[in-house]
Amino acid sequence: MTGKVLGFGIRSIYAVLIVIPLLVVLFGSFKTTSEIFKSPFAPPASPSLANYAEAFSGGSLIGAFANSAMITTTSVFLTLFLGSMAAYGLSRIPGWRGWLLFGFIVIGMSVPVQANMIPQYVLFGSLGLLDTQLGLIIINIVVTLPVSVFIMGGFMRTLPAELFEAAEVDGAGPWRNYYQIALPLSAPSIAATATFLFVMHWNDLLYPLLFISSEEKMTLPLALLRFQGEYMTNYPLLFAGVVLTSIPVVVAYVFLQRFFVAGITGGAVKG
Amino acid sequence: MKDRRRRSSRRTPWAYFVFPLPAFVLYVVFFVIPTLQTVQYSITNWDGYSANYDLVGLDNFARAVTGDALFTNAFVNNMKFMMVVVVGQTVLALILSVLLVRNTKTTIFLRALYFFPTILSSVSVGFIWKFVYDPNFGVINGLLGRLGLSEAQSSFLGNDDQAIYWLSITQIWFHAGMMVVIFVAGLQAIPAELYESAEVDGASRWQQFWSITWPLIAPAMSIVVAYTTIQSFKAFDLVLSISGNPPSSSLDILSTRIYSSFANSEMGYAATESVLFIAAIVAITFALRRFLRLVQRGES
Repeated sequence: MTGKVLGFGIRSIYAVLIVIPLLVVLFGSFKTTSEIFKSPFAPPASPSLANYAEAFSGGSLIGAFANSAMITTTSVFLTLFLGSMAAYGLSRIPGWRGWLLFGFIVIGMSVPVQANMIPQYVLFGSLGLLDTQLGLIIINIVVTLPVSVFIMGGFMRTLPAELFEAAEVDGAGPWRNYYQIALPLSAPSIAATATFLFVMHWNDLLYPLLFISSEEKMTLPLALLRFQGEYMTNYPLLFAGVVLTSIPVVVAYVFLQRFFVAGITGGAVKG
Repeated sequence: MKDRRRRSSRRTPWAYFVFPLPAFVLYVVFFVIPTLQTVQYSITNWDGYSANYDLVGLDNFARAVTGDALFTNAFVNNMKFMMVVVVGQTVLALILSVLLVRNTKTTIFLRALYFFPTILSSVSVGFIWKFVYDPNFGVINGLLGRLGLSEAQSSFLGNDDQAIYWLSITQIWFHAGMMVVIFVAGLQAIPAELYESAEVDGASRWQQFWSITWPLIAPAMSIVVAYTTIQSFKAFDLVLSISGNPPSSSLDILSTRIYSSFANSEMGYAATESVLFIAAIVAITFALRRFLRLVQRGES
């Protein structure tokens, strides 16, 4: 009995610890600076959109939002495409060759960004891809290919070979087997990978910081970071920026939760 | 075209080698080769833009290990950060997951709630906690002040001796929910019969935990510990957003240190720091794995 009460207490306290900072941010984004300092926990006395208006007024945040949307969508789509092709091909190569190639690409998951970012920067510079959105898209794809191949390839290996063999008897080639059998049957793992990639690409700060120098090409996390430098302790304004940045992932999380958990924990084996 | 592809594919299973090809080309050119080049750069004094540079052998390594206070500081900070996060996050996540192992509406909701911070960007989390810790206007000091506990107020991140530990708490808040999900999956894979027969034998909840849960949670445990360790080395975004760029020296960790050297046009030296950084991760992950194996064998 005491154990149950204790368990209930621990769960509730942790839930409160998660919720309070989030509420402070959400409420705070509708408050004035003096109000957030006076009563950080209370709902806004007279909710105002002034912070959102100010966040948008500079224009840089809207532009960053559009940049992030474009770069994230393109990167996710292309990573899924290239990754699922690789996952499919590797899962259909029998014996040690398939495993060896799979291992070669998957080992990239355990290589931290710091292991290759400097030569990458130099390479992208020599290709004229620094400070371009194309450069960011390419690096996004490259960095997340290993984990994508890992999640989707792991799933595709569980598809029974008989399925493909039966289709081959009916005259289907590898390409048709890919988009008519492997892709539709792997939909859950593709969705999980897609949500994982979405969060990774949307939230990434390091590569935009490294590659992007002109203001009109900044992504949201980078624009937010600059924001902080400009506004220091204008927390309501920073929080409006935080809320705007988080809306897409939060909406996706609410509707696609099970894929989120599967994808992010699938990527967690990363290591 | 279609017919030829069909026929050739039936004869030649190597058609499947074509599918991974685009991915492999990108991966080798933009990932594998740069990784190897890091090692190559690490023995030069290249500044990143000059055409000329010298091979300096192991000079950079000697400088990092013996003569660079900034690197040593980042290394020590990183170790403290890692210790607190690995122990704190693993213990917290294990406790929470034991409490949430059954699938009910409440537990499913709570798991989703605990997981929530994971989806936010590090920059957002950094801003949130900057306000929580703000010495003048912040949430914690404000609360303490209202409760009449002003003497317990702290400057948190402004206190050089404590800053890295406050950052650890933020990191745990950020990622513990994900570890809960991994632990719950591991716990749910333990056959219920084991607990039932232990119950029949009259084992207490505590005994059941040590003799069934603890040894059988080992696979999930090693994933959580390995992942948390690596994450604590990669907390780059969080440090920059909570402390600014460049971060204050009390919050400088290896990943931010490498970035600062890089931003300082010390490409060769930054690459050396990267090599040491990776060596540290590999060594620590390996040591932790051995340690875990010992602990879990000892207790079972």
